[in-house]
Parts: sequence; C-alpha cells; structure tokens
Amino acid sequence: MRTNDAQRLTTGKAAPLGDFARLMRRLNIDGPLLGGILLICAFGLVVLYSAVGESMSQWLSQINRLGVALVAMFVVAQMPPDFLRRWTPWAYLGGLVLLILVLTTGEVGQGARRWLDLGIRFQPSEVMKLAVPMMLAWYLHDRTIPPRAAELLVLAVMIAVPTVLIARQPDLGTALLIAASGVIVIILAGLPIRLMVGLAVAAVPGALLLWNYMQDYQKQRVLTLIDPDSDPLGAGYNIIQSKIAIGSGGLFGKGWTNGSQAHLEYLPERDTDFIFAVMGEELGLLGVLSLIALYVFVIGRGLYIAMQAPDTYSRLLAGSISLTFFVYVFVNTAMVTGLIPVVGVPLPLVSFGGTSMVTLMAGFGILMSIQSHRKLLPR
Amino acid sequence: MDLLSSIKDHHSERRLFISRVVLTSVSGILLLGIVIARLVQLQVFDHETFAEQSQGNRVRIQPVPPIRGLIFDRKGRVLAENLPAYQLELIPEQVDDIDDTLLRLAALKLIDASEIDHINELIDSSPRFKPVTLKLRLTDEEIANFAIQRPRFPGVDFQPRLVRHYPHGFAVAHAVGYVGALSKNDLTRLTPSNYAGTAHTGKTGVESSFESELLGNVGYQHVVSNALGRQIPTNSRDLSDALPDNQSPAPGANIHLSLDLDLQLLASRALEGRRGAIVALDPRSGEILAMVSAPSFDPNLFAVGMSSSQFEGLQDNLERPLFNRAVRGAYPPGSTIKPMLALAALETGATNLARKSVCRGFFTLPNTTHRYRDWKPEGHGEVNLHDAIQQSCDVYFYEISVDIGIDRMHYYLDQFGLGSKTSVDIGGEHSGLVPSREWKREAFRDPADQRWFHGETVIASIGQGYMLATPLQLASAAGAVATRGKRFEPHLVAAVEDALTGERTLISPRRVDDVRIDNQDHWDAVIGGMHDVMQSVRGTAWAAGSNAKYQMAGKSGTAQVFSVAQEEEYDEELIEERLRDHALFISFAPLDDPQIAVAVVVENGSSGSRVAAPIARAIMDEYLGYGGNADK
Repeated sequence: MRTNDAQRLTTGKAAPLGDFARLMRRLNIDGPLLGGILLICAFGLVVLYSAVGESMSQWLSQINRLGVALVAMFVVAQMPPDFLRRWTPWAYLGGLVLLILVLTTGEVGQGARRWLDLGIRFQPSEVMKLAVPMMLAWYLHDRTIPPRAAELLVLAVMIAVPTVLIARQPDLGTALLIAASGVIVIILAGLPIRLMVGLAVAAVPGALLLWNYMQDYQKQRVLTLIDPDSDPLGAGYNIIQSKIAIGSGGLFGKGWTNGSQAHLEYLPERDTDFIFAVMGEELGLLGVLSLIALYVFVIGRGLYIAMQAPDTYSRLLAGSISLTFFVYVFVNTAMVTGLIPVVGVPLPLVSFGGTSMVTLMAGFGILMSIQSHRKLLPR
Repeated sequence: MDLLSSIKDHHSERRLFISRVVLTSVSGILLLGIVIARLVQLQVFDHETFAEQSQGNRVRIQPVPPIRGLIFDRKGRVLAENLPAYQLELIPEQVDDIDDTLLRLAALKLIDASEIDHINELIDSSPRFKPVTLKLRLTDEEIANFAIQRPRFPGVDFQPRLVRHYPHGFAVAHAVGYVGALSKNDLTRLTPSNYAGTAHTGKTGVESSFESELLGNVGYQHVVSNALGRQIPTNSRDLSDALPDNQSPAPGANIHLSLDLDLQLLASRALEGRRGAIVALDPRSGEILAMVSAPSFDPNLFAVGMSSSQFEGLQDNLERPLFNRAVRGAYPPGSTIKPMLALAALETGATNLARKSVCRGFFTLPNTTHRYRDWKPEGHGEVNLHDAIQQSCDVYFYEISVDIGIDRMHYYLDQFGLGSKTSVDIGGEHSGLVPSREWKREAFRDPADQRWFHGETVIASIGQGYMLATPLQLASAAGAVATRGKRFEPHLVAAVEDALTGERTLISPRRVDDVRIDNQDHWDAVIGGMHDVMQSVRGTAWAAGSNAKYQMAGKSGTAQVFSVAQEEEYDEELIEERLRDHALFISFAPLDDPQIAVAVVVENGSSGSRVAAPIARAIMDEYLGYGGNADK
C-alpha cells in the first residue's frame, strides 16, 4: 500500500481529490495559493496587453518572464524549510557581499547603481527581499519569543545594514520594503505593543532625520503628494493624470483597451508603476475591486499557511512573505490613488518587468514548501 | 521537564504568533479599506469631474481655414486665385542625423546654408513629430531635383499648401492688392477668431477693402490628441464616440471686378519703364475699367513670403513701386482742368462764347510787371474759348481767372469731384486739393501766408500752384464732362458672388451730386473744344487723335515740377529727368455716347500731348474695339 492510498483512507476525503490533487501534493505545490496567483497573473496579463499599447512582443516577453518566475517558484517549493533554514545565513551574507559589490562596481542605470553583472544581470537587492526576513526568522528560530532587548538590537542591525546599503544605491523604495519585511518579522515575533507605540512616536523625529537624508527628487515627491497642483506639469503630473485616469473610469470603466488617458500617453509609466490606474480607467471600480479581492485571497492563504506552520522559522518567514506582499499591494495602490508619495513600487504580478517577479514567485515557492513539507516534519 | 516546557513554549509561541497575525491582518484590512474608500471617492463620487478632465485632456478644437474667394475681371478672367504650392518640410523624429541632413540639403541648394542655425532653433522649439518648414515655395526644378534625391532624405518631404496667386500680378498689383502674412497689428484690427488657422490677410487694394467678403467663415473640427499634442486619427480607436459636431468652413465670396484685363495689360505696358498712373472708367456707371500704377511689383512675393532683403528692396526703392499712384498720387493737374474752368467761366459770366482775347505769349495783372507766361512763347494770337481749349492757351485762362475768382473756381471744380475723395472702394485715397480763400486761411499759421493773392488765382487757372489731383479724380472729372454733369462714384467691384450658390449680388452704380450746369450750349462748346484738341489740325493732341474711326475728346496737361525763373530759357535737355514736367492727359470717347473716360499721368513725361495722349488713345481704341492686334 502506497502512502497516498493510506492517507486517502485515513482522511476519508480521498475520492474527490483525484489524480490532479495528488500530483500537486507530490510536486509540493499548494493548490489554492497557485490558483490565486495564476488568476492575478491572468488578470494582470489582460490589463498589461492594453497598457503596453497592444504590443504583442512586449506582452509575450512578460509571459516569458512569468514562466521563468513560475519555474523559480516550483524549484524553491521543492526545498524543505530545514534546508532553507540551514542555508539562510549564507544567503544573507552572500547578499551583503553582492550589495557591497554593487556599490563599488555595479552598473549605473537611471542615475542609480542597482545592477550587477555576474554572468546574468540582476539586482542584489532582490536577493535581500527574501534573505532579510529569512535571516531574522533564522535568528529567532532557536530562541524564545518574544525576543529580548539585546536580541532586538541584533535584529535591528540585521535590518539596518542591507537597508542602508540599498538606500545608498540609491533605491529608497526597495530599501523601505526590505526594512518593512524585517520589521514584520519582529512584529510577528511578538514585539511588545508598548514598544511599537513608542517606536511610532519616535518615528516623527526619525522622519525628520530621514527628510534630511532624502534626495531632492524624493523630497519633491512628498511635497507633490501634499499639493499635486503646485506643479501640474512637473512632479505633480503623474499623480494628477493617474487620478484623472482612475476617476474617469467610474464604476464600469471605459472598456478594455479604450482608456484615453493610458493610450494617448497622458498617463506616465502606465505599464509599470501606474498600471493600476490603467485598470481603474478601463475596467472601473468593479475591475480594481476584483483584483484587490484576489490579492486578499492570496495574502489570506499565505497567512493561513503561516499559522499552520510547525516551527518558528517557517511561521515567521511565511508570515513576513505574505504581509510584505500586502505591503507591495498597499503601497502601489495608495501611491497611484494619490494617498502616499510616489515611490517606485510596482504592482506585484501585474506590472511589466522581470526582476521582482522572480523574487515574488520564489517567495510563494517558500510558502508552498512550508505548507507541503509540514506533515513530514516531526512535531 | 525540559520537554514539557518546550511544548508549552511552542504552544504559547504559536498563540502569540496567531494573535500577531490577527493584529496585522486587522491593520491590513483597515489600510486596504482606506484604499478602497479612496477608489470609491475617485470613481464614484468624483467620477464626473475626472471624466470631464479626461475629455478635456484629449479633445482639442482645431480650426479649419476657409478657402479665400477668387477675384475676376469683368470678363470672368482670374486675377487672384489659390494655387497649391509645395513647401519643403522636415519631421525631426524621422531624421536620424539632423545636422547632416541639413548640410546635404544645403549642398543641393534646397536650403540656404546661412539658415541652418535658424532651422535648428525651429526644430528645437517644436515637438519632434511636428513638421518644420525648411523652404516655403519650391520651384518645379527644385521639386524635380529633390524627388530624385528623396530616398537619401528620410523625414524630409514636400507638402502642398494653398498659396494666393496672381496670374497677372504686375499688371493688377495696385488695384487688386495682395495678401500678406498676418501681423500682430492686423490681429488688433481684425477679429482674431475669424483668422484661426489662416496665415494671410488682404493688405492693400480690393484684397484689403473686401477682406471680410473674401475671407469666408472659419470652420472647426474636434480632434483627439495625445499628451504631446500629436493628433490621433479619430477612426483608429473608439476614443471619439462623444465628440461634438464639427463645422465646415464657409468659403469666401468671389469678387467680380469691373476691371478689363486687356486694358489693364495694355495700360501697364504703356507705362513700362516710366513712373505714372492710368485710370479708365465708364462714365455712365463709375465702373473702373483700368487702374494702373507704374512702376509695379509682383504681389505674389507677398503671398508666398519674401526675404527681408527683398522686402526692403521694394520698400526703399526710389521709384516707389508699392505706392499706388492712381489713387494716392497727388499731381498738379495742369491744363487738364481747363475744360472745367471754361464751364465755370461761362456759368459765372466771366466769359462768353463770343469773347475773343489776343494772346501775346504772356499775361500781366493790372499794375504789376510780373509776366505769367504762356507755354507758347510767341503766343496764340486771337483766341476764343474754343480755341483756348483746343490750343491750351494759358493767357486766355489767366485773363478769365481773375473774373471768376478763386472761390468760384473752387465751387465749380469741387462739383467735378476735385479736391475731395472719390470714395473709391479701395483704401488709401488722397483727397487732392482745390484751393480757396478759406482753405488758405486754415492751412497756414502765419497771417501773412493766410492772405490769398491774385497771382495765385492766375496760376490756379492752369492747374498749378496749390492745386493737386489724383489720376482717379481726373478720370472721374473727365467722365463728368463726358456725361454733361452726371456723376457716379468710381468703383472697382462690380459684383460679389457666393462661392457655393453662385448667386451674385451686383453693386449698383452710385450716383453722386450732379454738376449744376444746365446750359447745354456751354457743354457743347467745351466738349467741342476738347474734341478739337484731338481731332483737328490745330489741336494740341492732334497727333494722338487723328486717323481714328470714332470721335473722341481730350485735354492735355503739362504740369511744372519746378518753376522756371522769369526770362529764363527752358531747355528740356539740360534738366534732369526728375525735374521734367509731368505729362497728363484726360479724354473720353465716343463723343456722342461716351463709354470710357481716361486719365493718364506720366511723371516727368515732359509733354501731356506727346507722351500721355497716345496712351489714352490706345486705351480707348482697345476698349471700343479698334485696338490693333499688333499692339498685343
């Protein structure tokens, strides 16, 4: 008798599962998570087709990237959490080395030094998006939680070093997202509420300190958020046109590929950071709410996996990956609707572009690994 | 024990973790709620505002200029039309190396190398998809030349546009006028909204005075354009569903002139190489048949656009080609006013048909020694009124002038339209001048100058002194003699035609006050004298009027440009060309049923009868159908 058959008998819900579910289980793939992700990707591809001006070649290249990212997800899903945990410090240290290499020898693109060419061209900051929460979870795994003050200090340094290195590139958006993924681990690990409130209060002088540290264009973005009409053709242009696009879409939208804001080039970066506005214009409120619902489903499934996870490392890592995904979604939609300053955060799984897609999918691969290897681990 | 605490720890850690997941989830849901609320605000509550802004973003109103009306002569021949001309354009976004392209175009002599900097400025200051004009009008040769080379110049091409064209430019330049590029000045004078999309406006002549008829009404269309202003074809996608209606432009009205192109060409040839003006009109209606000012210019230069050096060349030319001498040139009328003065003398009793004077070649006022000389030093001998007109005896008119007096002279000459504007339907007219005591009082500041002298009356009688008249006034006055006092406002435009329906609105002749002379004997005497000027052996213009198959009347005039000092011999050869007398001639024909009245002025032409009279004769021949084809 094979294992599967035994399980089928003991769980008593064997019959409806069928061969497909068995295959998924065997491939360490979480069906609901994959379904949600694929729906978002499909939705995204539909919108992207319109946003790239119905350019078949760009659309196909996005599908190609998606394929690569799904393969990455599949590969990561095969790595058991224990394996990942053992390699975590090396991944983190390797990532730091790469970040230092970027700052010293990296390629310059769009006024920032973000790319590294080691046979393949990539951004080391992408590695850190996963390495930072993994490292924090690794550090807390053998310790009791909530962490003590000295441990918190260590965790803070673990977050701060890569964050500062990335901010120096400069890539403030990614730096903040990586810091957020680390902070989420600490919060999930039981950071005392009083301390959180205290930190929030301390954030005010911190923000002022940050203001001094920011580049002029970054300051401009914040100022523009407060009053976009102060510079309607300059920095405020993106926000104004984005709001016009979304607002003019109404409940049902102008129809797919009929968005005048998007297709007549009023909307900048319509296929990357501002693709959400294209969706709002063409598919209306109902369209964007559907997408948000899909995101909520994927995030919810991720948190469910985290709660089911058997050990601290898996739990914290799965929770951080899910919530960081939420942060992406929130930051992008809030930025496009003019609620927060324009920071270069793409809409996950929908925006045109490849680098972040692979990282995201690898993160989902970790979630799937945690979910599917659960029962094989001893309690 | 260790194991137990470890299990406990695991449980409490898991509980702590789950509570934190719940906490973060609730925060996340709150944050998402804010985003959703924002979306609802934008897409539901503020939807209309943003929908309008989106519409305003992309829909622009583009004017569609009307086609300017055509101008025809009295026989329907085109004097002003709109022709496609080809201009050379460059679309920056389609050119890889603009500098190299411009240099190669300059090497082909399609553009001027000195203009490259200017062109680069134009390219830098406009959107990259917008064509920049490199050259306004290509010759056929240049088009052919470029057509061969075109594959070497991606992004450079020639484009048609409508350009005002005057097929007989030189001959009709002053009457028809010309269009030129709209200036800021024009736009303050005109209604700017009517000129949206139009680059030219009438500047002079009929083109200017009938601008509102010729222009037509501007139309407009709604176009969809992208953020850079590039126009999007409205049928390419479903972005034009809610566009408001467009309005087609209404073409300008066609103008039919009373000008006769044949006369116009003849007159302009007659004045070739001279300065002067010719006006011919129909005395029965005031319709102007010919209006020529010489030297002339090519009005097409203004329509196409010319270089500043070309324009300065026209502007600063000493011959003043842009100046319309026919209506703006004020000349001493000389002896051409003698027929009118003769009528005034008869009417006032200053002379009668029987009176005879003896002309000894000069005249002196009583108790003075100053000699007013006759043009004929030896004198005309015994002359009556008829002879005085026929031979243009100055002394006879000197004598009667004192009896008429300057004010009565003014009274009658004024009735012939001299000294006031004719109200012709093109602008810039000079009013001429017929002096009077009152005029002199007002014209001069110094009381010593305000007094009128008898001597001034004497020289006024031969159209000298203060007296000035335009060629148009002289033609109109000649017409008034021909019709025995019936006068019409001279005009160029005979009809305005709706370009769409072809419906013509005729401009009816406008009568003005008649000359108040009812005695037909007086008219007979004066017109008879004028007839004999041309068609009797002793007439001053016998050479010009003989051998005609119809009867005509005329009067020569030779106006002094500078005065010859007392007792001094007059030697034409020694006088510089510019100081020679002006040659004038007025005439009308046929005698029994006048159909045409002509005035000819040739600046520094020396002799009205020898230089101006043959021109007037040729014009009358042509108009009345006696013109020799050899002349053409």
